[in-house]
Amino acid sequence: MVVKTLNGAKAVAEAVKNCQPDVVACYPITPSTHIAEEMNHYYANGDTKTFIAVESEFSAISALIGGAATGARTFTATSSQGLLLMHEALFNAAGMRLPIVMVVANRAVSAPLSIWNDEQDSMSQRDTGWIQLYCKNNQEAVDSVIQAFEIAETTLLPVMVCIDGHYLTHAVGQVNIPPQSEVQDVLPPFKPKIFLDPENPLSLGVYTNPSHYQEFREDLHNDLLQSKEKIIEIGKKFGKRFLRTYGLFEEYKLKDAEFVLVGLGSVMDNVKATVNELRNENQKVGALHLRCFRPFPSEELKKILSGKTIGVIERDLSLGAQPPLYTEIVEALQGTNTIVSSFFGGLGGRNLDRTAIKVLFQKIKSKKPLKEWIAQQKGDQK
Amino acid sequence: MLEIRFHGRAGQGIVTAAELLAEAAAMEGKYSQAFPFFGSEKRGPPVTSYCRIDSRPILIHEEIEKPDLVIVAEPSVLAEVQVDAGLKKEGQLIVNSSQPKEKIHLNGHSFSVVNGTDIALKYFKKPITNTVMLGALCKLTGIVKLDSIKKAISNRFPEKIAALNIKAIQECYDAIPSGPSGGF
Repeated sequence: MVVKTLNGAKAVAEAVKNCQPDVVACYPITPSTHIAEEMNHYYANGDTKTFIAVESEFSAISALIGGAATGARTFTATSSQGLLLMHEALFNAAGMRLPIVMVVANRAVSAPLSIWNDEQDSMSQRDTGWIQLYCKNNQEAVDSVIQAFEIAETTLLPVMVCIDGHYLTHAVGQVNIPPQSEVQDVLPPFKPKIFLDPENPLSLGVYTNPSHYQEFREDLHNDLLQSKEKIIEIGKKFGKRFLRTYGLFEEYKLKDAEFVLVGLGSVMDNVKATVNELRNENQKVGALHLRCFRPFPSEELKKILSGKTIGVIERDLSLGAQPPLYTEIVEALQGTNTIVSSFFGGLGGRNLDRTAIKVLFQKIKSKKPLKEWIAQQKGDQK
Repeated sequence: MLEIRFHGRAGQGIVTAAELLAEAAAMEGKYSQAFPFFGSEKRGPPVTSYCRIDSRPILIHEEIEKPDLVIVAEPSVLAEVQVDAGLKKEGQLIVNSSQPKEKIHLNGHSFSVVNGTDIALKYFKKPITNTVMLGALCKLTGIVKLDSIKKAISNRFPEKIAALNIKAIQECYDAIPSGPSGGF
């Protein structure tokens, strides 16, 4: 183990390098973060095998679809509008069962233009068939990227590792980065059974008639749901080796908690800190960080959240409808006696600090289901 | 936990200053965190950066509203930004300015004045005051040792640039008469 003081983007890039991808393709212009720059740097120094500097994010994902189809370990990173430009090809990557790993540095979407954090970008890609893992801090980002390669390559599903732009990618702090020699202990080499090979010609992603198309989509759906088991297994294996265990979600002081905030991303570290402060005042509060948003762990959440009073906190929207995480939590808790409120905001980098979170805990204590924007704190107008 | 806020203008290395301080603190066995707040990515507009230092792991991701220490690396931001906003009563404020203290008007909080721009111009021929102000921080607060800042600078910059910066921060450090003064 090597503890370094560096920012999230650099930490993630080093972890990716230690996983030795065969093909990396990135478009390194805004809204990309310095993950692309770092991967290019590693390639220039001979530390990684291939770096393709493409002319757009659409090309980046397309290059990886080609690379992964030949049986290569593949990686890219993007953000915001860059991820949106990939949209069409994301469906192909999942439908063709190509285990691409991508880090999404979560940034707001235009318009208006913003380079700051929220999760509207990756949330809008939730139905593309990719596994989505969300990280609270840079340690989880590094660890999740390492696990993502094995999750992808054993389930034959692409994985997005989502980390908050700026709050994590641009924040310098201490991160424990397993060196390549230790990554090898947990990450086996990628040896696919089916891949494009001139000696053994085959077709991937071909045309289907109405008699067959739906079966492929059913398989994809079922396999994505089943991947929960692999995500848990690989998270446990990682924990055995590195003493940091991962699963579908993280419960924090949840068991005896009456009032719980549920969410994903870096805000949940702030929620945990708030829970500590309120527990000191003997308040029965808790938190749940949803690490795995796709596949969505409905049954597992139902077991542990039923009967509690819940506030769902999210930095995203479904314009013209209810926010995505709230909708899914409500669906998971159908038929149980659980009060669920929806709090959405913190968009475009707006601060969601402990003061704001305390207000949300106060609100759910009314035991009335609320649906509201998270109010801006005094002093936030810059 | 100590919370430090830096003010300056984009292009003056304000983000780097917070990062160097975080790296220096980590070398001394502490936990640290540094992150920026800037507008669009252009030179000139006011920039804020933040640094936290603690003996325990830092597990929050929020802006610093009530700093223990504020460093103003560029005097012209005083007219645009309320640099002592939220500064704790017992906190410290260090301002870079070539003006005498009595000509600088702040809202009542006591402060120290350091003429960092002259030192920066002497060594860099540009008013890039980030590292110079870290020299002032070491002398006036003792949060980290000057040697740790020097090491962080050596790790980050090419040899020639690092050597120049180290000379500049040493000159700033030596130019300030008093040692660590209260609060920390």
